[in-house]
Amino acid sequence: MIIQKQKAFEDILKSLEGEQKVFLAGCADCAAACKTGGEEELVEMKARLEAAGKSITGTAVFDTACQLGAVRQKAREYEQAIKEADSILVMACGTGAQTIGETLEKKAHIGVDSLFVGQVNRLGKYTERCSTCGQCVLEAFEGICPVTRCAKGLLNGPCGGSKGGKCEIDPEKDCGWVLIYKKMEALGKLDKMRAYQPAKDQGSRHTPRQFTWPKKTPEGIKK
Amino acid sequence: MSKLEQSLAAGHFTFTGEVGPPKGVDLHHVMEGAAVMKDKVVAINVTDIQTAVMRLGSLAVSAKLVEAGVEPVFQMVCRDRNRLALQSDLLNAYVLGIRNVLAITGDHVVKGDHRDAKPVYDLDSVQLLKAATILESGSDMGKDFKGRPNKLEGAPKFFKGCVVTPCSDMVEAQILKLEKKVAAGAQFCQTQAVYDAAAFEKFMNEVRRRNIQIPIMVGIVVLKGLGMAKYMNENVPGVVVPEPLMKELSETPKDQTKKKAVEVSARLIKQMKPMCQGAHIMPLGWDDTVGQIVDAASA
Repeated sequence: MIIQKQKAFEDILKSLEGEQKVFLAGCADCAAACKTGGEEELVEMKARLEAAGKSITGTAVFDTACQLGAVRQKAREYEQAIKEADSILVMACGTGAQTIGETLEKKAHIGVDSLFVGQVNRLGKYTERCSTCGQCVLEAFEGICPVTRCAKGLLNGPCGGSKGGKCEIDPEKDCGWVLIYKKMEALGKLDKMRAYQPAKDQGSRHTPRQFTWPKKTPEGIKK
Repeated sequence: MSKLEQSLAAGHFTFTGEVGPPKGVDLHHVMEGAAVMKDKVVAINVTDIQTAVMRLGSLAVSAKLVEAGVEPVFQMVCRDRNRLALQSDLLNAYVLGIRNVLAITGDHVVKGDHRDAKPVYDLDSVQLLKAATILESGSDMGKDFKGRPNKLEGAPKFFKGCVVTPCSDMVEAQILKLEKKVAAGAQFCQTQAVYDAAAFEKFMNEVRRRNIQIPIMVGIVVLKGLGMAKYMNENVPGVVVPEPLMKELSETPKDQTKKKAVEVSARLIKQMKPMCQGAHIMPLGWDDTVGQIVDAASA
């Protein structure tokens, strides 16, 4: 899930400066789960913007704001309200905001900061587990990702900055390498710690990334 | 062959010192510090943007030491450069006459004075050692358009060092990584500060049991007083100043602090001398103590 938080309301207002009529867009996926742009948050944002003197031409929670086709289809229901608006305020991730902006050909403002791809521990607490590096190394590390969970992304063992199982950058954060070491020790697989890990091919992280199926519909995949 | 390599190969108990480049371009202090200790040590480490506080670089100051006839140990952290820059700086170092290099992970940027910087860590310290080994073989980490290793026009040759933290609470993992560093090409090792000879002995026994044969130089950070010892205990991972030493420092009169620092450092080195191949003294600006420590430890 794309973990996200709302931008400060003053910053949102500032981005809407000079625009009177606003259409509000949210997303039923990550944004709803992170309470940044689900139904409730849009109702609240509408009230706050109206109190600040804006008029809201309509609100829509897209099922998946990053999916071009779905956004285009859903937008048809709101054609008039979107047309009337000076701009759209998107309460969803950066991909959602750009998808909506590109699809609806309307100036789209972003109302949230996208933080990371994360795990939902509970409502209001999220942690990063994967940096989408493009070459998963979990198998080599017994299911704990050093690329993400070590603050330095080290592949060949811990630095000297670990203390009491915590990381030098923050005593609240676990040292990823202590987690890996303890797990390997418990599994009797410490020998795996000895394997040299070559430098990662960072080509798979060069942005802008794109991925296209080699064939339009590969065998075995039903559309 | 560097003097450091020669000294360790000859089996001499070998001393190295350390200077930290200034934040700015005034070389006065750092060169003076090097001059003060140069006759007492075989080589002098030059720290590389230590604790992630932006400053003059290790490469430039190492080259200045070479110019001044002092042998540097060029420290390289993995935090600030990607593999192109790291390999290029190894070549730069070689043509500037630098022969000793020390591969270090490097403190995270949040520990320093540019907390908003992007940390790099494109290579880790093991991979950096491997990169240096590859350069020595006349190639680099890249490939040509046919997928073959690139060829260098002239290959460098280094004496490659690494670090280890003997008093880490994860010492077993540190030793596993040390094994990998040696396999990647490390030829000598300087340790993080050690103030507990018994703990160091235990560490060294384990190192030798694993058949890690490279020379190990015990690290001593000159303790500038009780406050610093307290700070290290609380804030520097893997550094433990034991209680009896804390007490000793607390009973030291203010005007005797420097004398005590020399006495403690020399005593520790004497205790650990039979266990290792040298001592790396980090004076943190108290450059005049280095010679005194070496003399007292050698007496």
